[in-house]
Amino acid sequence: MTQTLFKPGHTACAGCGQAVGARLVIDTAGKNTMIANNTGCLEVFSTKYPESAWCVPWIHSLFENCSAVASGIEAGLKYLGKKDAINVIAQAGDGGTADIGLQAISGMFERGHDVLYVCYDNEAYMNTGIQRSGLTPTLTNTTTSPSGAGSLGNPRPKKPMPEIAAAHGIPYVATASVGYPQDVQKKVKKALSIKGPKYIQMHVPCPLGWRHESNMTFDVAKLAVETGLYPLFEYEYGKLIPRKIAKIKPVEEYLKVQGRFKHLLKNPDAVKQVQAIADYNIQKYGLNAEA
Amino acid sequence: MKQFVEGSHAIAEIVKRCRPGVVSAYPITPQTHIVEGLAQMVADKELNAQFVNVESEHSAASVVLGAQATGVRTYTATSSQGLLLMAEVVFNIAGLRLPVVMTTANRAVSAPINIWNDQQDVMTVRDSGWVLLFAETIQEAVDLHLQAYRIGEDPRVMLPVMVNMDGFILTHGMEVVDMPSQEEVDKFVTPYSTTYKLDVDNPLTMGYLADPDYYIEIRYMVQQTHQELLTIIPEVAAQFKRQFKRGEGNGLIEGYHLEDAEQVFVAMGSVCGTIRDSVDEFRSKGKKAGLLKIASYRPFPKNEIVKALSRAREVAVVDKSISLGGFGPLYTDLSAAVSSMGAKAPKVSGFVIGLGGRDITLQSIQEVYECLSGKQVDCEFIGLKKELLAEAK
Ligand SMILES: Cc1ncc(C[n+]2csc(CCOP(=O)(O)OP(=O)(O)O)c2C)c(N)n1
Ligand code: SF4
Ligand SMILES: [Mg+2]
Repeated sequence: MTQTLFKPGHTACAGCGQAVGARLVIDTAGKNTMIANNTGCLEVFSTKYPESAWCVPWIHSLFENCSAVASGIEAGLKYLGKKDAINVIAQAGDGGTADIGLQAISGMFERGHDVLYVCYDNEAYMNTGIQRSGLTPTLTNTTTSPSGAGSLGNPRPKKPMPEIAAAHGIPYVATASVGYPQDVQKKVKKALSIKGPKYIQMHVPCPLGWRHESNMTFDVAKLAVETGLYPLFEYEYGKLIPRKIAKIKPVEEYLKVQGRFKHLLKNPDAVKQVQAIADYNIQKYGLNAEA
Repeated sequence: MKQFVEGSHAIAEIVKRCRPGVVSAYPITPQTHIVEGLAQMVADKELNAQFVNVESEHSAASVVLGAQATGVRTYTATSSQGLLLMAEVVFNIAGLRLPVVMTTANRAVSAPINIWNDQQDVMTVRDSGWVLLFAETIQEAVDLHLQAYRIGEDPRVMLPVMVNMDGFILTHGMEVVDMPSQEEVDKFVTPYSTTYKLDVDNPLTMGYLADPDYYIEIRYMVQQTHQELLTIIPEVAAQFKRQFKRGEGNGLIEGYHLEDAEQVFVAMGSVCGTIRDSVDEFRSKGKKAGLLKIASYRPFPKNEIVKALSRAREVAVVDKSISLGGFGPLYTDLSAAVSSMGAKAPKVSGFVIGLGGRDITLQSIQEVYECLSGKQVDCEFIGLKKELLAEAK
């Protein structure tokens, strides 16, 4: 990886996990790649006219339609007889994926387009100021699910987006974390080697929205995985392959470094509730290396 | 070759001959026969195209957007609610300067739900930057599709073009159509070729974020292209006329008995046929009536209209749509156009007619005509059933 296809000089916040994640993806995919990008932080900070960070063909249309635009790109390339030589990637934030973009993604999966979809999951609508999305975790403080005398933050669990993707019968689904760059590269490579629709959901800390130190991005990302709150796994042709955790950590370690969970720390029941989510994940995906 | 065909079938045939590489659409009455026809042609290997069956019109428009961005000619068609659902993408296609061609089978909009014809649907995307053409007959709809690809893909233009044809009246009507052969079409619509595309050897970024330092100029450039279209559309129409030996008007407007007309109807689409018959009747009674047909609604051919109305005393704008709370959209545009005529401007009245498929008869046009001699009206609904209104009170 000598030369990056995602030039620095964009306007992302310091420590933005999504900026690192996006570079990892495109540098792994290589120059024979076309990207359709939904509206969101990534699009905004990478393509402020007349500058663009992208050294591959890249198109932004709207907030919710990158999967349909990518379907069109794929169809165009097929018509031109060029599809086999070119990767098509659709990418978006968690809101553009799990909420407003869900119908278009489902259509793209069901039609079987040869497209890799990458969701950069920073667990809220960051571009518009940290509002909750369908992928915001339980009890997170966001600007539209604030904590208060009658609220502990977002009352609902994360939408099981990887399972929703897998339920379409697509050949490859994976979760990843920017805290594990080699794992990301491995999964992107594997995904691109498979024909058909693929889905990768990558956890990407957002220092602004999560209120953690901007030099803590990788540590926060790793803690999410090590606590079991962000399980890493693949569904290869429907078969579950977990990435095991060598030493599972209690969720407090993850919660205490982020302002968005600060309101939970003085509430043992709330912490217990979050620990139960981690325990469930560990059991469901078989994450415990010692078990 | 002359054929007696259904409008939708004729459109599918002509679109096939324009050789789109990607077709994507979602079913809605009365557009369905067009895309079913194309699907069958792809299935029969008569048309070498990717036919993408999407889950919504929003995605149909997005698919043709993406495909067109790879430098491939595309086609889609919709109607009414489908166009409204597409609206966000419709604006985007124009803003991205992608010369998609779309047929709109014009239909009323909900609520109440109504599948019959009027032109309220297209008016919801009037301001999107698309070239908006209106067909009066099935033949004209066929011919406009050929011109649509030529106009939109012209390197001076690079904008999407919508061919509007009245739902059912034209889409399901039968007419003898002179169907251009594949060779003739190939001569007129040459392969699409552009450097403005997604290309791994020349990676472009499309769809930037433009801040206040840049945005207004980019929008102004679309407006400027529409000004240039006022000469480009007549060029294409003239070439069409030369090659195919048919076509009235100059591609922007068309007159019928306009030379000495004192009372002029202004209208778009199939209603112009009914108005022609009315004009004949008025003329037979010695009345100097005429018709000004608007073929291109965007760009709006202001100067041609002013010229065409220079002798008119009374103008009746017949809108098949309504900007609720305002006026008929064509009335508003036409009033703006004639305002430059100063004291010589004719008296312009506005009429709303035929919403939701209400029959437009010679009697309806007669009613409009009678209003003209009275005081000016700006939004007169024609043919309302007084008893229904009274009941609702
Ligand atoms: C139809 C539509 N609704 C709302 C918006 C406003 N909007 C733009 S980006 C965004 C949030 C993006 O959130 P996400 O997809 O999670 O990406 P992030 O910015 O967090 O990376 C919203 C709500 C829009 N652009 N279009
Ligand atoms: S708000 Fe978050 S996601 Fe957006 S640029 Fe800043 S750090 Fe990155
Ligand atoms: Mg987000």
